[in-house]
Parts: sequence; structure tokens; C-alpha cells
Amino acid sequence: MAQCGACTVHLGDTAVRSCQLPVSAVGKEAITTIEGLSAKGDHPVQKAWLEHDVAQCGYCQAGQIMSAASLLKSNPKPTDADIDAAMSGNICRCGTYLRIKEAIKSASTNNG
Amino acid sequence: MKTTKTTYNRRSFLKASMLAGGGMMLSVSWLSSAKAADKLEALNVPGQWVELNGYIQITPDNVIRLLCPNPEFGQNVMTSLPMMLAEELDADWKNVVVEMGPHDNTKLGPQFTGGSNSVRMYWKPLREAGAAARQMLCEAAAQTWNVPVGEVAAKAGVLSHSSGKSAKYGEMATKAATVAVPKGMKLKSPKDFTIVRNSKKNVEGLKVITGKPLFGLDYRADGMLIAMIQHPPAFGMKLKSFDASQTLKMPGIKDVFSLKLYEDGFVQGGFDTRTFNDLLVVVGKSTWEVMNARKKLLVQWEPTGDSKDTMAGRDGKREVTIPGGLESTSAQLEKMQEMAKKPAQLLRKDGDPETAFKNAAQIIERTYNAPFLAHNTMEPMNFFAHVTDDKAVFVGPLQAPGWVEPTLSKVLNLPADKIEIQMTRMGGGFGRRAYAHYMTEAALISKKVKAPIKLIYTREDDMTYGIYRPMYTATYRAALDANKNLIGFHVKGGGIPEHPVHANRFPAGAVDNYLAEGWEIPSNITIGAFRAPRSNFNAAAEQSFLDEVAEAMGKDPIELRLELLKRAKENPVGKNNEYDPDRYAGVLTLVRDKSNWNKGGNEKYHRGVAAYFCHNSYAAHVVDMVTRDGQPYVERVFSVIDCGIVVNPDSAKNMVQGAVVDGIGNAFYGALTHKNGAPEQSNFHNYRLIRHNEAPKQIDVHFVENDIDPTGLGEPPFPPVFGAVANALYKTTGKRQYNQPFKADPEKRI
Repeated sequence: MAQCGACTVHLGDTAVRSCQLPVSAVGKEAITTIEGLSAKGDHPVQKAWLEHDVAQCGYCQAGQIMSAASLLKSNPKPTDADIDAAMSGNICRCGTYLRIKEAIKSASTNNG
Repeated sequence: MKTTKTTYNRRSFLKASMLAGGGMMLSVSWLSSAKAADKLEALNVPGQWVELNGYIQITPDNVIRLLCPNPEFGQNVMTSLPMMLAEELDADWKNVVVEMGPHDNTKLGPQFTGGSNSVRMYWKPLREAGAAARQMLCEAAAQTWNVPVGEVAAKAGVLSHSSGKSAKYGEMATKAATVAVPKGMKLKSPKDFTIVRNSKKNVEGLKVITGKPLFGLDYRADGMLIAMIQHPPAFGMKLKSFDASQTLKMPGIKDVFSLKLYEDGFVQGGFDTRTFNDLLVVVGKSTWEVMNARKKLLVQWEPTGDSKDTMAGRDGKREVTIPGGLESTSAQLEKMQEMAKKPAQLLRKDGDPETAFKNAAQIIERTYNAPFLAHNTMEPMNFFAHVTDDKAVFVGPLQAPGWVEPTLSKVLNLPADKIEIQMTRMGGGFGRRAYAHYMTEAALISKKVKAPIKLIYTREDDMTYGIYRPMYTATYRAALDANKNLIGFHVKGGGIPEHPVHANRFPAGAVDNYLAEGWEIPSNITIGAFRAPRSNFNAAAEQSFLDEVAEAMGKDPIELRLELLKRAKENPVGKNNEYDPDRYAGVLTLVRDKSNWNKGGNEKYHRGVAAYFCHNSYAAHVVDMVTRDGQPYVERVFSVIDCGIVVNPDSAKNMVQGAVVDGIGNAFYGALTHKNGAPEQSNFHNYRLIRHNEAPKQIDVHFVENDIDPTGLGEPPFPPVFGAVANALYKTTGKRQYNQPFKADPEKRI
């Protein structure tokens, strides 16, 4: 498992695959899921996702967003190569990769 | 959708942990996020909806609810179909909420997602429904105001009269519902569109990005059990016997049993395809428990031998023999090579191809091979079923509820009106979910255990238990005379278990002497529709071949195609040519212009072009390849599509970009191979899908602008990507591509 990235959540600020994370490994770190990223879907990454109307089927997008949010937390101004490196564990079968990259760049800019 | 509070799943685990205060600092706001700004949930007042027709409901306080008839699998029909309704209704899009309609073919039409048909088949009915509802609202206003109906105007959700009277749609809804439904409505001219052709955001966008439970796998119901099937390790095998004693000792396990999906003699429709008929089922309380317990099964499998299926046919029913045996890719290839030498079924013949080839100064002959492909939808197959003595309720992802309902009715012995199907958003479809055998399986399991159940396929089940794109081969031959004119064209295509040839498509109609033939080899490996069936192979093979023919003729590949299309238009050869040469040429000339083909400024790229017609639309791509880290990489793509009127342009652009990425991925990596009947790939570690770092940096999408009624878009952009990638690879590496997938190690290519 841990092949597709759709189940990505945050352990602290780090993106992890929940399908491969035993509860024993959580310790005292906070877990954030897509439902907890923001109260109203207004995290900069979520807003950028809407602005670029990224989703097709949408199944992978929660994981994509969590990976992107974690990336921007540690690297607020990622290059294309940084984005590729951070996001290549998240498969999108519909092929929305270009819009995901655009959205991450928008979120990065809007983050100041 | 209901959420159980008794079973821990990923979502409820976090909630329960938070309530227990288990020392975990949760930033998750699971409860409050349920109140996310969702217009429908915020505004819904049950019982207040006034139904004007099957698709349109309005509240007196002016919220308009539009039901999307077709299941959503990412092609964005939940936005584009309601846009068509709202256009003729003259609704204010801001006041519109959209819901997926239930399965109801009487009220909501065919409800079939597939064949790039949703927008095409609903283009007229939905606009008529919108126009009729608008007329009913105008009539209600006319009666209320005591003015002639012809004097009532409707615009953006407001009715008005020159006297100064005006009313929102909601105010007139109750009265409008009593007006006779008008017929023969005049529909708008495209120049008057205000919603169609104006990009609208995905109506479920907010739900998607906040992780709302939209998918079948998210669905929960009180008392719901989880079921999984242990399928045979190989095609050509079936269940002989099993020992479940260890499995039954595992925690949470309720039952283990075998059942037959279709009884002997069951007459299968075209979409009743199933991988295995004898099912070994484990039912328990949770996914985890069932997954673990399933591993403890001790099962004996045996060869199926030759078996028979009964299929519905034009003349009642027919018997089809499914061969036994454990098939391997290498042996399949050898068999195909043998079959390719034998006489085949004649599909089309124009002129005298035999003489043309006999007299040719040069013959170019090339053979192309492509493997089975797995759909690999991100959400594996699953379905919820609750079957009781007098009713059956289903919730889950599928493309065509109307096709499986008769099957459910037969196997459950329930009339169709006792079968309720609610379609969830699909985590991908690509044709796979047109074959809803997993739903029939869920039905029988629920009936057997007398409980609501959800049948879940794991990723591995999904990939190894598939209904694959067939394995194909085709040999193309071109005859050139001494002046390098194309005087003959021959395609002989075959496949396991179906041939791919579209005999009446380009270049049929453009060559005097033309021959198309097909042959098939039966197999026990199950196959079905995969995004642009057959076309997804033909466009790879034929468009690579034409590139090679153009080179041999000393012609630019776009120029050769345009010359042939000119011939097909001015003096078409034969009958039944499926394509419109003008529209075909249109996408080629536009992609030539947009990409600056053969012009300066593109020296860093190795360029490949391809075009194809399928599902009533036309698509052309120019693929710009570079070598990056020693590997061919598609950096930039120009795409041109002619699908008539584009209902939702930005979303359509997204679809085309996705099709390009999907095409590159499948061309480079896609392959499902077998050894002794067993699929050799089971998850994404050995079935490569394209990833972020391999997607092009730029995909420019252009639509041909015209006022032709809209045609397909989900499939047409996909097939020619394969050909354009193959042709760009030739320019990059100097080697022609004959075997897919292109990026596999040579020994792993089929």
C-alpha cells in the first residue's frame, strides 16, 4: 500500500499516508485530515483549488490538497521541481496535474 | 448520507478519539465542517420544493434545484447538464443548487454516463425541460397579473411585465406547477446563450476540497456489514472447495460462504460481463477485519475448462463458449501472430486493393501491438446493497443504472419498481463502471446475510479482477506507386477477444483501393469498454503508420492528411464514411497554426502530430518532446478539438488536459500482462501510472468554434495522444514505436 496518496493526512505538519500509519506511531503529534484543514474550506490551498477548478472525479484531491498544504508549510515558495518532488506520491488518474501545480503556485503567491 | 457511530472508520476514528479526549490534539473540526457553506443544506426546507418537471424544482423563497440525470465520474456533467437546463429556464445560476438525481428513467431519461454521450443525448431534452418550465412560470405570472402570456418576460430568475410588475421565479412556482406542461417549445439560438458557453465552476467543487463523503466508499448505513470476495488466482480457474474454519475464528467475522452470481442459462446483456461466477465471500464488521480474515481462507481452485455463457442476441439468445486454459501474454502474442497470417473477416473493400498492391512500386508494412489495460479508477469497485424480501436499496458508483436494473430484478426476483438505486459520485469510471456486476454481487450477498452490506474490492482485487481493455494487434500496409502516390491501403486488425478495426473511418474514403479485415481470438480474460474503446488502439497504430507513410512519400505528416481529407471531401471513395472531412481537416489546420508547426521557434522540441475522429468529435494534438535526464519527456502539447458547441469551456479544457495526461501515461506505461492466467500487476508499484513530475508543463487547448450541436468530449481527445507521442518519440530517439507501452523495458514490451 501507500501507492496512490489518496489517504494523505498531516501528522504535525508533515504529510503522511494514513493507510500505512499505525496509531502507535502517532504519539502526541496532532493529526489533521482534509476535514480539519480549515473550518469552511477556505485554507489558501483549498481556495486555490476552487479558483483553478482543479477536480475532475475528485477522489484523489483530498490527498493532493493535504500534500500541497504540507509542502507550502515547509516551503512557502516552492519551485516546479520542489512541487514535483513533494507531489509525485499522489496519483491523479484523471490527469489534473497541471491545474494542481497552478493551484499550488496561486496558493503560494496568496500566502504572501 | 448516514454516518454510523458504532464502527470506527478513518473519519469516525478521529471524531471518537477527540470525544474520548485520548491525549490527541486534533485540529480536525469534523462536526463544524459538516455545516460548510453548502447552499442546499443551508436552505433546504423539506416539503417546500415545487416540482415543475423531473429535473426542475423551485422553492417559494426562490431556490432552484436542478437534478442531474447522469452519474458523475469527473467529466463534470453535474455542472454542464444543469447549465443546459438553466440556460432555457433563464435561471440565475447563483440561485441554483444541483443534486444527483435518483435512478428514474421515466423522469430523468436514459441516465447513462459513457460513450461521451451525456451532453450529446441530453442537449435537446434538458433545454426543452428548461424552456417548458420557464413557459409555465410565465403563464403563472400572466394569470396572476391578468396580462397576455406573450407580454411576460423572464430573465435571470425574474418575471416581469411592462406595467412594472415583477416577481421572482419562486413566487410563481406553486401556481406554475398547476399549468399544463407546454410542448414544442422554441429553443434559444446559440447567440442568445448566457449560461451555456460561459465557464461555470464545478458545482461539487467545495464538497470535493473539504472531503465531504461523496463517494461510494464513503457511504455508511446503520448496521452495515463489509463484504469482500476471494477471487481465483488466475483467469481460467474457479472455486473447487474451501475451508473457512480459521477465517471464522477471526474477530468481527460474521459469515463465509460461496454463491453463484448468475444461474446456469442466465441470459446476459452486453453489460452483464463478470470476471468470475462462483464467488467466495467473507462478511464481517469492518474492512480491516474482513481483509485480515480473508487471508486465512484455505481454498482449492480448479481449472474451469471450456464453459458456456448465454448471451442476449438480436434473435433471442445465443451460446458463447469461453475457452478454458491459463493464458500467458507471450503465448497470446504468438497466437495472435499466427492468426494474423490466416484469412480474416472482410469488413470493407473499395476498388481493387489486390491489384494495387501487386502493382506497387513500394509497399510499407508495419505491425502494432498493444496490451490489455486496467482501468485503475482511483476509487476501487464497491457498492452498498440492502436487500429485503420486498425491496432492494443500492447506493454506490456506477455509470448506467438502467442497464443493471433488469439484471438485479432477475437475480433478486423483485419487480423493477422495488429496486432503488442512488448513484454516488464516482472516483473515476473510464468505462469500468458500465459493468456493474459488483452491484449484483453486493445484492446477492446482502440477500444471503439478510443485512445491509457494502461490497469492497481492494486495489489488488480491482486490478487483478478487471474487465480490461482488450489486447490488440494490427498490420497496416500502404501501396505507393513510382511517383510516391498512395494507391492502396490495407488494415488487418485482430485482438483478444475482439478486433479493433473501425472500417469506415479515415483513411477509408480517401484511398481508391482500400481493404479492412478483422479477426478475433476468444479468451477467458474479461474485457470491456475503456475510454474510447478500439479507438484508443487505432489512433496509436494508424496515426503512427500514417506518419511513417508520409515520411516515405516525402511529405509533411499534416500535409498528407490534409491531402487525403481533401480527396475524401471532393470525391469520396466508397460508402458509409463516418467522418466529416471538413471538420477533420479543421482540427489539423488549427493545430498546425496554434503550434506554429514547421515554423521557427520550436527547435528545442521533437514534434509529433496525430488526429482522430471518434464519438462524433474530432481531435488533433501536437506533442513537443525533449530529452530530460536521459528520458523522453513530453514538455508541451497543443490540442485542438471540434466537439461543436462547448457547454462549459474551462471544464472542457480541464477534460482535454486530463485526456492528454492520461494518454501519455498509458502510452508510456500502461500494460496488464498475464502469466498462467494470473495478472502480473496488482498495484501501482508494478502498474505504472503517470505522476506529477511526468506531466507536461503546458497543454494549450483550443476548441473549433461553431454552432453545431455538442458531441462527445470525454473520449475523443484521448486516442490521438498515443499516436502523437509515438511520432514525437520517433523524432526524439530515431526509433519507430510498434509495441506498447513505449517506455517499458524492451523485454517487457508486449
